[in-house]
Amino acid sequence: MKLDTTGLQSFPSLISHGNSVAGEISAPPSFELPNSNDFDGFLKEAIQMVKPAKGTTTLAFIFKEGVMVAADSRASMGGYISSQSVKKIIEINPYMLGTMAGGAADCQFWHRNLGIKCRLHELANKRRISVTGASKLLANILYSYRGMGLSVGTMIAGWDETGPGLYYVDSEGGRLKGTRFSVGSGSPYAYGVLDSGYKYDMSVEEASELARRAIYHATFRDGASGGVASVYYVGPTGWKKLSGDDVGELHYHYNPVTPSTVEQEMVEAAGP
Amino acid sequence: MARYDRAITVFSPDGHLFQVEYALEAVRKGNAAVGVRGTDNVVLGVEKKSTAKLQDSRSVRKIVNLDDHIALACAGLKADARVLINRARVECQSHRLTVEDPCTVEYITRYIAGLQQKYTQSGGVRPFGLSTLIVGFDPYTGSPSLYQTDPSGTFSAWKANATGRNSNSIREFLEKNFKETSGQETVKLAIRALLEVVESGGKNIEVAVMTKEHGLRQLEEAEIDAIVAEIEAEKAAAEAAKKAPPKDT
Repeated sequence: MKLDTTGLQSFPSLISHGNSVAGEISAPPSFELPNSNDFDGFLKEAIQMVKPAKGTTTLAFIFKEGVMVAADSRASMGGYISSQSVKKIIEINPYMLGTMAGGAADCQFWHRNLGIKCRLHELANKRRISVTGASKLLANILYSYRGMGLSVGTMIAGWDETGPGLYYVDSEGGRLKGTRFSVGSGSPYAYGVLDSGYKYDMSVEEASELARRAIYHATFRDGASGGVASVYYVGPTGWKKLSGDDVGELHYHYNPVTPSTVEQEMVEAAGP
Repeated sequence: MARYDRAITVFSPDGHLFQVEYALEAVRKGNAAVGVRGTDNVVLGVEKKSTAKLQDSRSVRKIVNLDDHIALACAGLKADARVLINRARVECQSHRLTVEDPCTVEYITRYIAGLQQKYTQSGGVRPFGLSTLIVGFDPYTGSPSLYQTDPSGTFSAWKANATGRNSNSIREFLEKNFKETSGQETVKLAIRALLEVVESGGKNIEVAVMTKEHGLRQLEEAEIDAIVAEIEAEKAAAEAAKKAPPKDT
């Protein structure tokens, strides 16, 4: 199917279509159109197909000691795994982290942009911006681009003068305050582990283990999530990376290999 | 003074902005305003022209709130003040909306000073004929602060300051008598400073006290009269004490 654009020309096409070679060269401009009746839907789908980091598991929660943030590290383009080492936890400043779900470039760019704005706020006001303020800054920017194809699903986590803060912000313009969030295709699995294991009164060790386990289980069930489960903690003195474990190795950590009877029999059979 | 003070603010060859200097002159002719920072409160006082017999005196306010925790008093053109105050109030709310926090006193001072500066460098406008005293409590640190702005757009922080008519003599008085005070003592110092230049005492003074807990409170006329009487009594006592010693010797 081709769209004929001759009607858009301001002058009538005078070239005869008899000669095939001449016709090829001087054919009126035209371009291929997808074989679809729903062009808007097609465009949306097409953009999503080439947007990396679509399948993701990220999570963050507030607990007694601060905020725990964790994410996997896989970037995929449809079924293709384009990277196993993506930094999905973005360091906005020493006291604030952002997570990345949706378009990798959109997230990276707008988080860097947010980082700039936060630093400028700090210089102008002699005071670090609150997590509330930073998340609203981002939400307002994203809302101004609403419907223009941005794909961002992020959590802004940090520590400010009011203590720990956690917000969910997305490219639809949504902004939610909360104590527990998970974003991405693996989020239902992560929520399962997180919700069943979450207590407010946890030590940093307990909380980091819960976060790591939630990411691991999500990567186990969600094909689009995988790679490394990295865990960050934000406390009163800023953020710190606590762990980064390959989920393949974590699998054997959570499911230790026990020698099965079949293998034992084979050893015996081969033995004497 | 060949036309360097017409239409827009343009430098004169010797580096003056006449329009700004005239605006400063308007401030010098305006009512006196005093601000004194205490340890737990901060006080604003202004001299008010006596209102006409049939006028509702409460409708003439020279000390106004910009936000719950920030207040402003100014000397100069009252009409300009209305506009400036409106802009500042909108900015306070805008700050609350975008960052979900009340703005600091420094922030709104910087905004007002920035606005005043803009009106010295844009075409088709004239500077604000205003010098403002801005007081308030920092919502983060909870400490009181006092700032001053002028028509040129400069701003600075003070322990105590005055602007408007005879502001120099008030400032001299404050420099001589300022102490870190709290509560009613701060109010008293502000009123004493004002009485340096206001003739007929209590009737022609408007005073407001801001505290962290209760925000801005405009003093009733009776309260001011009581303090004025107290100050007068103290003055009389001091006078008597001065005269007394020669008697002994």
